[in-house]
Amino acid sequence: MDLHFGDSKPTDEEKEAVDALLGPPESSWEGADRSDADLRWARGGREARKRRDLLLPGLHAINDRIGWISEGALDYLCRRLTVPPAEAYGVATFYAMFSVEPRPATVLHVCTDLACAAAGAAGLCAGIESRLGLGSGVSVERSPCLGLCERAPAALAIKAGNPVRTAVSAPATVEAAVLAASAPDSADEEPPAAMAVPQAGEPGLTLLSRVGVVDPASLDDYRAYGGYTALRRAFELGPAGVIREVTDSGLVGRGGAAFPTGRKWQATASQPDRPHYVVCNADESEPGTFKDRVIMEGDPFALVEAMTIAAYATGAHKGYLYLRGEYPRALRRLEHAIAQARSRGLLGDDVLGQGYAFDLEIRRGAGAYICGEETALFNSIEGYRGEPRSKPPFPVEKGLFGKPTVENNVETLVNVLPILTMGAPAYAAIGTGRSTGPKLFCVSGSVERPGIYELPFGATLGDLLTLAGVRDRLRAVLLGGAAGGFVRPDELDIPLTFEGTREAGTTLGSGVVMAFDDTVPLPRLLLRIAEFFRDESCGQCVPCRVGTVRQEEALHRIVERTGAAAAGDIALLREVGRAMRDASICGLGQTAWNAVESAIDRLGAYE
Amino acid sequence: MTVIPLGVPRRLLEFTLDGEPVRAPEGSTILDACRAAGKDVPTLCQGDTLAPKNACRVCVVEVEGARTLVPACSRKAEPGMEVRTDTERARHSRKIVLELLASSVDLSTTPRVAEWIKEYEAKPDRFGPHAARLNEEPKIDNELYVRDYDKCILCYKCVDACGDQWQNTFAISVAGRGFDARIAVEHDAPLTDSACVYCGNCIEVCPTGALSFKSEFDMRAAGTWDESAQTETTTVCAYCGVGCNLTLHVQDNDIVKVTSPHDNPVTHGNLCIKGRFGYQHVQNRD
Repeated sequence: MDLHFGDSKPTDEEKEAVDALLGPPESSWEGADRSDADLRWARGGREARKRRDLLLPGLHAINDRIGWISEGALDYLCRRLTVPPAEAYGVATFYAMFSVEPRPATVLHVCTDLACAAAGAAGLCAGIESRLGLGSGVSVERSPCLGLCERAPAALAIKAGNPVRTAVSAPATVEAAVLAASAPDSADEEPPAAMAVPQAGEPGLTLLSRVGVVDPASLDDYRAYGGYTALRRAFELGPAGVIREVTDSGLVGRGGAAFPTGRKWQATASQPDRPHYVVCNADESEPGTFKDRVIMEGDPFALVEAMTIAAYATGAHKGYLYLRGEYPRALRRLEHAIAQARSRGLLGDDVLGQGYAFDLEIRRGAGAYICGEETALFNSIEGYRGEPRSKPPFPVEKGLFGKPTVENNVETLVNVLPILTMGAPAYAAIGTGRSTGPKLFCVSGSVERPGIYELPFGATLGDLLTLAGVRDRLRAVLLGGAAGGFVRPDELDIPLTFEGTREAGTTLGSGVVMAFDDTVPLPRLLLRIAEFFRDESCGQCVPCRVGTVRQEEALHRIVERTGAAAAGDIALLREVGRAMRDASICGLGQTAWNAVESAIDRLGAYE
Repeated sequence: MTVIPLGVPRRLLEFTLDGEPVRAPEGSTILDACRAAGKDVPTLCQGDTLAPKNACRVCVVEVEGARTLVPACSRKAEPGMEVRTDTERARHSRKIVLELLASSVDLSTTPRVAEWIKEYEAKPDRFGPHAARLNEEPKIDNELYVRDYDKCILCYKCVDACGDQWQNTFAISVAGRGFDARIAVEHDAPLTDSACVYCGNCIEVCPTGALSFKSEFDMRAAGTWDESAQTETTTVCAYCGVGCNLTLHVQDNDIVKVTSPHDNPVTHGNLCIKGRFGYQHVQNRD
């Protein structure tokens, strides 16, 4: 590798931001002053390239400190990590939260996605922009779903500096959002995570039992409420025993794909190639989904414990928790939880004194829905563009760093705790025969009590909406998020199980239930979904890269049309949608047309 | 004459291709097997000297039991697999992909694409006159080659050839995301300010003419480029002792561009700046 660097130099502040992450440079080969020793040795090669995975943290370090990433800063980071500047530029420009152009130190992300749009995000944006014009020192950016749907509309302010400061305003008013952006330190504190759980404190909860009950910052509190009993049980059972319990429990992945978790763990555990990795997918970016955030903010130790169990079962000694960049509070809570666990011997060389070594690291995403795709997530951690890989090979065989990897999302992992504490048969008795256990649903939109609900599989959509206080004049329900599908108000008897939704020709997806009353203009909503996929396509494959654009164009053309006037474009949408579903590399392109199709077929959106 | 490298003998595996039993060496892709069986599966991003990227999706085929179509160029053949290359479903996706591509970029210099557009009855203009296009101006910032990204289908071949697959220069990469993704050098600078070493190996692999010799670009602009009037002569590069093969493309007694045979076991189609561009002295007639 023959690296070429331009003449751009980092400022002292940029250099300091990078050095704070990587330590001071040792030789002129990586940006220090030249010394006599530099004439006799070269630094680089395989050893230096092994640190490529620090590229994303490095970009964050610069962006957090300065607010954007200059040529000099990027080149300096590249020198430190032996990464070609062209590739690093490709990575930096991939993520929505980074900028390679100068911009104000404060960025205010105003959510314009489904729940927020229905709650008046457009007016909020206009109000904020008229208050924070040019020269205000704030860049106002329209953002995809911030995962604060229960408090829509939402805004997130990020003010670069040392340290970076953040403030959330939700439900946001123009005044509150402007205050959050101009003085993040004096903005109102966010309500506790339990506010997102209308059932908080009720008996009978399994996954949410501790949210709002324990102090999320206290390991002792967590232990007092049953924390770490599952890990003790895991050590009693041994790795094979844990996998057997998880398999017998019937647990399937809660991220949308519903793959049997036990089989995934078994497949990873049995790979002869070493090391093995555990990855927690906490890149919850599906519009309408916020359950993982609530767990991470309200019960962070549960996730740390569950990852430790997953690692023990699959023979991994290192884990990565990939957290979306839009969740600053979850980041703080998890960082604290990991540090606590480490200091108390619950992570590290000798977990619980059992001689098992496991440690985990948080990696922060930077605004890219596609990084929730499991292989795109690996690329992102490794310091490459977050583009999905083709499968096969599957992650259990070649995952993170090309090694056998088990990847589960937050909700899936925390299910492992009750499986071990109550035992597989008791767990499997919850729910239905083919959808076992409790399930979290993210309810938002036209309901009185939006939030996360925990119900055993098998409750109907109507039961859930009644619980959440659905408002009159319900027009449609979006199930499973932007990649899911719409159902009609007369279909509320659909059982919320994997098999039940499949039979009804729809999907449970990530557990999104978004209700829309008849004041919400459906064609506008569909346009927003199309816009979302166009924005979030990684651009790697043609059906998705161009197909999402053509889909959005067609929806623009028919936004105010119905019947025969829309028929031609609907036929075009069907043809393009079919090819996107059939020929795209990953789930994003394959599902990008689902919601629109269901709105046309089930709701008669353009009739 | 090129030397055909003899690899380790490989076991044959059997599977079904369009209902016919076929045998292919272990490790072959479905595309290898299709070509061996004389089937014409269209490909754009596949390169004979590069690891398949399977980004364009025109080579998709149907595999029994698979939820989606699979790219023939990169999916390895497996024993017992049932592959169908020419079903309505596969043809539909190919047609749409060709329409999506042809409606967004200029495919006028992409070999064979006109033939496929006809075969699959693709109608790129049905997305209407306002369908988003790249609409990029050619980047002419040096005397050796031109980057005309209006013709770029983002096949990643130039990135792979410049990067870890051949050249190890890493001067180019994909920047941006989605429809705004573009091939770019660092900081989107002119080529002259980049890490480029002007080996031209990216031109060698470019399937659409988005990357071309300045000579070819100028002649096309002047309307004098005429491939039918060109002869191709393969010879040995005289600059150093490696012995790379050069194929000189000559029109009207002038060398108009230089390529290199891809089946050459030494270079696999790759050259350096001298072999690729250093030919003016041959035709300096002063």
